[in-house]
Formats: sequence, C-alpha cells, structure tokens
Amino acid sequence: MKANRQAAVVGVGSTSYVKRGQSSPATTQELGAKAILAALDDAGLAVDDLDGFVYFATGLDTGWFAEALGVPTIRFSASAGTGGNASASSVALAATVVEAGVAEVVVSVMATQQLPARRFGSAFAYRPPTPEGDFENLFGLLAPGHAFALIAQRYMHEFGITREHLYQVVRTHRDYGLTRPKSLFDSSITHEEYFSARMIADPLCLYDFTLESDGAVAVITTTADRAKDLPNPPVYVLGSATAGDGRWGRGINWLGMDDDLFTTAGARLSANELYAKSGLSPSDINVALLYDHFSPAVLLQLEDYGFCGRGEAGDFVADGNTTIEGRLPVNTHGGHLGEAYVVGMTHVAEGIEQIRGTAINQVSGAEVALVTGGPSILPVGAILFGSSAP
Amino acid sequence: MSENGRDAVYAPVMPALGIERSPHSEPFWEAARQRRLMVPRCVHCGAYSLPPKGFCPSCRRQDQRFVELSGRATLYTYTVVRHAVTPALAERVPYVLAIVKLSDAGDLKMLSNIVDCELKDIRMDQQLQVVFQDQADGVTVPRFRPVL
Repeated sequence: MKANRQAAVVGVGSTSYVKRGQSSPATTQELGAKAILAALDDAGLAVDDLDGFVYFATGLDTGWFAEALGVPTIRFSASAGTGGNASASSVALAATVVEAGVAEVVVSVMATQQLPARRFGSAFAYRPPTPEGDFENLFGLLAPGHAFALIAQRYMHEFGITREHLYQVVRTHRDYGLTRPKSLFDSSITHEEYFSARMIADPLCLYDFTLESDGAVAVITTTADRAKDLPNPPVYVLGSATAGDGRWGRGINWLGMDDDLFTTAGARLSANELYAKSGLSPSDINVALLYDHFSPAVLLQLEDYGFCGRGEAGDFVADGNTTIEGRLPVNTHGGHLGEAYVVGMTHVAEGIEQIRGTAINQVSGAEVALVTGGPSILPVGAILFGSSAP
Repeated sequence: MSENGRDAVYAPVMPALGIERSPHSEPFWEAARQRRLMVPRCVHCGAYSLPPKGFCPSCRRQDQRFVELSGRATLYTYTVVRHAVTPALAERVPYVLAIVKLSDAGDLKMLSNIVDCELKDIRMDQQLQVVFQDQADGVTVPRFRPVL
C-alpha cells in the first residue's frame, strides 16, 4: 500500500440524545450503527466503502457492526483507549491508519447508554476489589465526581477560584446550548438556580456535573485525495497527542499526583506535544472544545493548554473570553454541561463543524479548532483540526 | 443526622466490598488491624509510596519495607460527599473524603476520611491525627481526625 498519504475528516453523524436510560430498548451497538450510517451518509460514502473501525471505550464490537450492517471488508480495527481521555485520539488514530495506508475509510465511533446498572456516576462503586483499589473504594472514592471535587477544592484554595467562577463556566455552556436543537436543556441557568442547587460533593453542585445521556456519534476519516470528490470541505488533522506526564499515573483513580500536577488537568505535557508537533501555539486556535465532565475541568484545561496563566482561568471565563464574541470561544455546542454527554464525541463533532463553517454557533472564520479528551487517567488525548492541509 | 449531632460527619462503610489482599498491600492492613500506620519505604533510596505496588517509583527496585509512622498528617484537600452514590451509603452521608499528607513520610499523599468532628471544624492544611476504625467485616481502616 502507498504510505504517507494525507488524511481528511469527511463525515460526522449522530443519533438523537436522550436522558440516561431512555434509549432502551435499543442496544448500545444499535445506537453506534445508526451513528455510523449517518456519518457515512454525511460523507457521501456507503457501507461498502468502510474498512476501518476505531473505538475509545469497551463494549463496541467490530464483528457485530460487520454482521448487522453487512460491511464487506475490514482492514483495521482497534481501540484508541478505554474512556473519554481518548475521544480525540480516536480520530487521530483513524488519520494515522489512513495515512499509513492500512485502511482507507475509517470510522471513529462512540455510543453510550447509561442503564441503571451501568451508570458512570457510580462506576467506581461496582468495580471488583483490587489491592490498589482498596486504597480508594474503602474510603468512599466511588465516582469521578469525587475525584474532581478533591482536585477542585485544592485548586480553588490555592488560586482564589470561587463557586462564582464555576457558575460562569456552567452558564456559558448553558447559553451555548440554547440554540442547539439536540440539547437536553431548554433554558440557561440563573445565579439563583445554580446557588440553590443541591451539593453533590463540595465544592461541586448538581450543575457542575455533566448531564447523563444516551447517544452515539461517528466520524469518518479517509484520504484527502478521496475527499476531493466528496460533498463536505475536508477537515485536516494538524496535530495530535495521546500523551501525558508519567507522574499523573492513574490520575483520578489514585490522586497521589505531586503537588504541581494535582491542581491541573494533567494535560500540560499533551499540550506541549500538540504545539511542538503542529508548529502552532495557543494564539493560533480560534475555538476550543474542552472536555467538560465537570466544570472545574474547563478551567484547568484553559491553563494546561496555555490560554491563560496558572490560576487565571476563573477570571478568563468570568470576563467573557469563552463566549462566542470572546477571545477564545469554548464549547460552542454546549458541551457536556449544556447539551448532552457522549463521552467527548460531541466535542469532536463540533470541532469538525466549526472548521467546515457549518456550526450552529459558528465562530466567524474559524481555521483551527482544539478538541481535548477527558482529564482523567493517562494518556491524555487532544487533536487540532484545521481547514488547510498541514 | 448523625450520632454526634447535626453536622457531624460519618465514616463511609462499604458493605460487601471486602479487601483484595496482595503480598504488597497485606502489611498495611495487618498493621492497621494492630492500630499502627505503616507504609512502604524503599530500602535503597528511602522513597515512600502508596498504594503499595511492589515497586519503588523512584529507583524501580522492589525491595520495600513497611515503616511505622506517627499518624500525624495535614489536610491537603477534601470533599464533603452529600449524595449517596450507592443505596448502601444512604444512611452514611455526609462523609468527608480527604487526601492527607503524612508528616513523617515526606508528605506522602494518602486517601482517607476525616472523622470525629463536625463539618465546621474542617480546614484546609489543618493538623490531623490517625484514628483506627473497625469495620464489621474485620477490616480496620485508618482515618484521620482534626487536632483541635
């Protein structure tokens, strides 16, 4: 096969998003298949063209997709990771596979269903005991939100960040969600609503947590040559990282990170890799889609990716920099806090739409978009999309 | 409401979770049973580490020895968990999940709970002392209370 081809992202598709559990009796695979068909249709391609699959979570099965959709030839199948940290990486891997000549039309797909027994918010509580896990579970570290509450408390203490700042993050997301037909919210959020919400794990209240929803999103990557004959303007991968500082370790699963890392998103090294490999810098980025499972994660990533200094992210958001008129619009699709939760894949979709120029909350003249994977464990994934080939 | 008053904090109890003992973690739990706080320390470079994994992350060797600590610590960060993630915890919230720094182990971080106090007594960076609490399943859990 011919290697060193240029890849391009050419298709995006999704299911509708519904509150957790409401997609039943459809299966997770079925949601994934619907998103794959929608993405192929958007790309102007057919199932017969599809020859590669990339996932970033367990539970999706290439064999099932091949049987159900009648995919004639599979040339590549792999998972880029095991969770939201690798959402952006799933497209980066697809591009790598295409550019290496291993496969030609690769889908990156995420489907999620939070049925009562598989609710992510209590995920840690149902893990079987392990010698390391005993040092977490036994003390009641039972959910990702608990870990982020611990990180946020220290971050806020050290840098003078307050719940007012977190409210500004949440409100910005909810405002973006207002124009999104698929958003699970139909209103923004007032100061009073936020401050009267029940606390889940101090300093985080209900609205600092992601929505819990069911849905699927798929993205199609192929060669730039082939993209010339397809309907959408091609979106290029300008750089990617699936990286991390080793001292982050299991991140939110152990929380033993050194002090200088503890009050971060664990993404600094990934950011450095991304900028070094792409030759771009934070000031080149027109829109950022930052994984927002918890509101403080947005602040921590603004700092890690170099959009503001340490401890400055609260004011950066409060000053309006992340709104559509601001210096760096962030999560213009509403994100997990204001639209729906598909484990980071709505962020990937929005990054692509922003570069195409077709986003609902379009950033005027957007040429470079950053999409990040979820701050959680190693590795930390991120990708830069652009309108011009690198 | 708790046995200690309205704003007192509970110790979370994870029924039926049990402990998955390994040769590396067993000395920690056995020490706790004897009401001693012991953590692994590398015999070569002196680095402390938790949870016990059998390797020294500083010099990569496997010779670690458990050393006894005074149980003094400071509060690095905490969260008041108010929402019961599992039904078993419904009667055990609020509980305080904390990361403490063990004072005589080079400020090694350890996940634990703050107990034996009211919520209003909890302050960032405050001094703590280990306490040992016995669970019904025979496991003794090291937790911390503020030194007021």
